Amino acid sequence: MSSPGKLNSSSSELDLDRPNIEDYLPSGASIQQEPHGKLRLRDLLDISPTLTEAAGAIIDDSFTRCFKSNPPEPWNWNVYLFPLWCFGVVVRYFILFPARVLVLTIGWIIFLSSFIPVHFLLKGHDKLRKNLERCLVELICSFFVASWTGVVKYHGPRPSMRPKQVFVANHTSMIDFIILEQMTAFAVIMQKHPGWVGLLQSTILESVGCIWFNRSEAKDREIVTKKLRDHVLGVDNNPLLIFPEGTCVNNHYTVMFKKGAFELGCSVCPVAIKYNKIFVDAFWNSKKQSFTMHLLQLMTSWAVVCDVWYLEPQNIRPGESPIEFAERVRDIISTRAGLKKVPWDGYLKYSRPSPKHRERKQQSFAESMLRRLEEK
Amino acid sequence: MGSASSMLTQYDIEEVQEHCNDLFSQQEIVSLYQRFCQLDRNAKGFISADEFLSVPEFAMNPLSQRLLKMVDGLNFKDFVAFLSAFSARASMQQKSELIFKVYDSDCNGKVSFNDILEVLRDLSGSFMSDEQREKVLTQVLQEAGYTRESYLTLDDFVKVLGSYGVKMEVEVPID
Repeated sequence: MSSPGKLNSSSSELDLDRPNIEDYLPSGASIQQEPHGKLRLRDLLDISPTLTEAAGAIIDDSFTRCFKSNPPEPWNWNVYLFPLWCFGVVVRYFILFPARVLVLTIGWIIFLSSFIPVHFLLKGHDKLRKNLERCLVELICSFFVASWTGVVKYHGPRPSMRPKQVFVANHTSMIDFIILEQMTAFAVIMQKHPGWVGLLQSTILESVGCIWFNRSEAKDREIVTKKLRDHVLGVDNNPLLIFPEGTCVNNHYTVMFKKGAFELGCSVCPVAIKYNKIFVDAFWNSKKQSFTMHLLQLMTSWAVVCDVWYLEPQNIRPGESPIEFAERVRDIISTRAGLKKVPWDGYLKYSRPSPKHRERKQQSFAESMLRRLEEK
Repeated sequence: MGSASSMLTQYDIEEVQEHCNDLFSQQEIVSLYQRFCQLDRNAKGFISADEFLSVPEFAMNPLSQRLLKMVDGLNFKDFVAFLSAFSARASMQQKSELIFKVYDSDCNGKVSFNDILEVLRDLSGSFMSDEQREKVLTQVLQEAGYTRESYLTLDDFVKVLGSYGVKMEVEVPID
């Protein structure tokens, strides 16, 4: 493929790297009409394009829109519907919810009582143990899906286990993972979470080959990269699932894909997930609510309705860069799930954009000034 | 949030409308209020500098630091008043006034050579040297009949900008 030195440098920035927004944004200079003619005082004083941009961003911006939870349409607005709605609340909170808690508890009891013996007693029989653990993880995920009456429609062929392929999906909530996991025991790459979710991650999910990272730790990057490469090459490993957006988006938009998954040199199988918001908004706004609260919200709603599409595997085309490849796959997923694409890096939720973006604007301004100064 | 719009009564909206010289319709003000509440994440009644900068498109703007000084800590009424210059209904006078205020960072009612230079520095960053900026500005001022020592007033701005029309409009999305 490429020289060893090149491979090294590209892999060290794998997966968790921040892609350049510049590669995605249409260049500012080319969309605006280049002003021509001699520079006059009014051209210099007229800062209206920059001000308009700033005010536009204050009034409405595509980035914030990606992470806005959309409340369900209220329908309890008149006197006839209101009693019906009250009845629904009673059913949901006092009948459905306890029943679901019970289902989930039973699920956990079955799961733990078989997982622990399997995990510790079958130490010598790796293959058998792996298979059993895989089935058990799928089982507990089915219990989770049942606990919010998940009405999931799967379209397309079910993923199979084979090396040199990686699955990528759009990301709305952690429940994406549970929904996909109940069909196929994927190994997933995820942010390490605190609390009980973290405990699950480090004990149970580790057994299906999941890989954890910490967004804030730089040295994690190289370890994860290595694990990733090893994983896709293993014949007996569970299929790898990556959420290349790196953050939960509200299922109306897709933000930029991190290029890591597209640099592994294997086929990429896109998975599109679209939630129906008829009963509940499945978007997990991790800044506003904990995962427990999110689950409670799902468990007290009527149902979680969603569609999952397993789409055709894609390979990098000759001459295509990983970023172009990522964009192509994003396009496929967005079209299938009916999502709008925005040119933002989801990690901007956690950090400010780098000064490079501003410098780019400054550069085009300065160049235009200097050029026009020469003109007569 | 769906409840946000119900928190503004018609009196509130009219009061805000009056405050911004009727440059926004009632529906636009409701939309702006929802946006204001969304940006004011801690519900303090004003938007802090940090909250403004959480909008990447704003943070990337070369004039963001300068604008922050004008918008930081504004309550809703003043927030709308600030944005009203971007309404399609705002007059050239009102738009020029806002631009003038951006230049007049010390609010003394006149813009000096150095004030303009500062804005130019924000806009061009490291891609023009100080000498280049000064040269551009001196030359352009001279051609327009001013000198390095002259102060520009609001009237000068209206005269310079107003004569050829400034395009400065932002549409408020209404749902």
